Amino acid sequence: MSEAILTPIEKKPMGFTAGVLALAGAVAGLFIGTAQGSGLLGVVAGAVLMAGLAFLAMQVLGEEMEKPVRWAMIAIVAIAGVLLGGPPGLVVGALFGWFFGWFIYWVGLGRYRERLLPYLTGGQVLWHYAFRVICGAIFVFLITPILVVMPLSFNAENFFTFTPEMLRFDPEGYSLKHYRDFLTNPEWTGAVKNSLMIAPVATLISVSLGTLAAIGLSQSHVPGRRAIMAILISPMIVPLIISATGMYFFYSKIGLVGTYWGIVLAHAVLGIPFVIITVTATLVGFDRSLTRAAANMGANPVTTFFKVQMPLILPGVISGGLFAFITSFDEVVVVLFIGSAELQTLPWQMFTGLREQISPTILAAATILVAISICLLTTVEILRRRSEKLRGMSPG
Amino acid sequence: MKLTKTLLATSALTVAASGATAQDMADSMTLVSWGGAYQNSQQKAYLEPYLEMNPDVSASWDESSNEAVAKLRAMNEAGNVTWDLVDVVASDAIRLCDEGLAMEVDHDELLKPAPDGTDASDDFGDLIVSDCFIPQIVYSTTFGYRTDMVPEGVEPPSDICSVFDLETYPGKRSLEQRPINNMEWALLCDGVAKDDVYDVLETSEGQDQALAKLDTIKDEVIWWSAGADTPQLLADGEIFMGSTYNGRLFSVIEEQDQPVGMMWDAQVFDLDGWIIPDDLPDDRLARVQDFVRFATDTQRLADQAAYISYGPARESSAPLVGDHAELGIAMGQHMPTAPDNSGNIFVYNYEFWADYRDDIDAKFQAWLAR
Repeated sequence: MSEAILTPIEKKPMGFTAGVLALAGAVAGLFIGTAQGSGLLGVVAGAVLMAGLAFLAMQVLGEEMEKPVRWAMIAIVAIAGVLLGGPPGLVVGALFGWFFGWFIYWVGLGRYRERLLPYLTGGQVLWHYAFRVICGAIFVFLITPILVVMPLSFNAENFFTFTPEMLRFDPEGYSLKHYRDFLTNPEWTGAVKNSLMIAPVATLISVSLGTLAAIGLSQSHVPGRRAIMAILISPMIVPLIISATGMYFFYSKIGLVGTYWGIVLAHAVLGIPFVIITVTATLVGFDRSLTRAAANMGANPVTTFFKVQMPLILPGVISGGLFAFITSFDEVVVVLFIGSAELQTLPWQMFTGLREQISPTILAAATILVAISICLLTTVEILRRRSEKLRGMSPG
Repeated sequence: MKLTKTLLATSALTVAASGATAQDMADSMTLVSWGGAYQNSQQKAYLEPYLEMNPDVSASWDESSNEAVAKLRAMNEAGNVTWDLVDVVASDAIRLCDEGLAMEVDHDELLKPAPDGTDASDDFGDLIVSDCFIPQIVYSTTFGYRTDMVPEGVEPPSDICSVFDLETYPGKRSLEQRPINNMEWALLCDGVAKDDVYDVLETSEGQDQALAKLDTIKDEVIWWSAGADTPQLLADGEIFMGSTYNGRLFSVIEEQDQPVGMMWDAQVFDLDGWIIPDDLPDDRLARVQDFVRFATDTQRLADQAAYISYGPARESSAPLVGDHAELGIAMGQHMPTAPDNSGNIFVYNYEFWADYRDDIDAKFQAWLAR
């Protein structure tokens, strides 16, 4: 690290260290204090405690004692955590202890400048870290609701509740019974089967029609391109409930309501805009002279499409297809209108189940779905990178 | 000559009778119900035995009773009614009947008489609140409370007015997000005699009086809209007490083993039952009539009580109510109609609420938003 050598690292004045630590302690104290009943007390206690510890570590014990001090912090705060909150407090306490032990030395010895350019002003350094903290906070905000449901799905009770047994990490408090219910109850297995029968067919239709539409609309000689595009994309813009109502009345006139093909067609309509948009975006980078070259060599338009154009726009087609699949797989409003009791899809089952019986089986289903989506996206990403590497498009 | 005629008539009858059975009945049904433990009780008590007797019939559940009125309207408008039998509360049945969306039935002709020969209409008695309505169960809306959150040295709540007594029983309450029941309870606890409740509630001042009483606990109320909400809140310990259907509380207490007690005082009785959508095609109608006839007989209604603590709507079913199918506890004492529980009851006042619901709803919603 060349910057590390250039950037001066020096011990910071005590007032600065104590101030920063007091602020961090106050924030941590706010959370712990609120959980224990008094936010204000937590803020004051956290600030005083952290400022005091910073003073102790920096002025009294000095840098040489860093290792023992940090271990002692972990142990002491973990014990305090147990006293306040039982076994979960142990984990949280140890994490807090580790963090603050590290934080005191990081701030106090000026290590936070280690990796930064030496000429940055104080304000720029502050912004550098504040930006990362803000990004982290947004990430936590997005991901926490999904993470919270995962442990709840192993609940031994039939409620959405962290029971005292669960918080004590007592194996009695956990069970796989909601997973068993999800995998054996015909209501759920039937719903999964229906979803898996509907989504791929709907995806196939949206991908074929959407890709053709995108290619057609990317030709400059098509009259009224913008208007056609707007109409094709409208299912994505019009509120879903309006599309659903319209589809319901239209489909019931032609006898499609409550049928398999009714739902498939409705979902295909909803998926087409995603395919059009992603394929149109890929077509922007497509060199038209390639098709002319192919035609020049005697290939007919169909061959040209499959041998030349399709392989090049495939990433766009695949990601459009993925969106179309997920749209169909997640969709609840249209299904509630067009679907029928025999064709209950997974989202329908989750929706009615949540309203009528708040059962953690829904959480088990959610956890499994999250796991599947992560696997699916990871696979697609790995395949994409592999094909890029094979084609030499990326240096990795 | 006479003999020939009789013979002819009988054979014609036989033809007609056989024609009305197997081949003219649809072989699938879509039943609409509420999901959860209640639908499960219907599945176990009527549908499974029926499908066993008719192996070539298939049935599926649609858990849409909550929006049955709106959905039936839309289906009717679109000319494509896909439901064969719909489970609704009595007030919805009355509305659907008035709008012509539900079929009027002759109870004595459609339904089986009691085992002792009493006509169905006498066996169901007053519970037939509409010509379209085929009653199944009597349920009640009542309060449950966390037994471990009762303050020390205080008796557990046994009086409806403890809902409004924040000093003795501090903590959150959950109430249904609609005026029905809440207004009656409020007036009752504001010194109005039980017999005068609806006379008072007719007047604008009376409505204000009820809302003023509800105002005293408004800050401590969590409003629920689905039957599963209060059980979840009670299990979480989020609330001290809350109103919901008695069967849901039974399930929380006996099946889920939560520290919850029943209050029963001033419980409000209501009815739930089937309606048949109007203008069904003949084959589907024949199948559904066959099923309803079976599903509402004396034994079937009594069987249902083995799965959920709702009272059977037939008088003749009451003596047949036995033990819970899985837990083996006697169900009689858990019925809202049991003498110990029904010391002080209200019966959902259909006429009053039919006349005043819109006005009071508007007032209540405005009060909520305040």
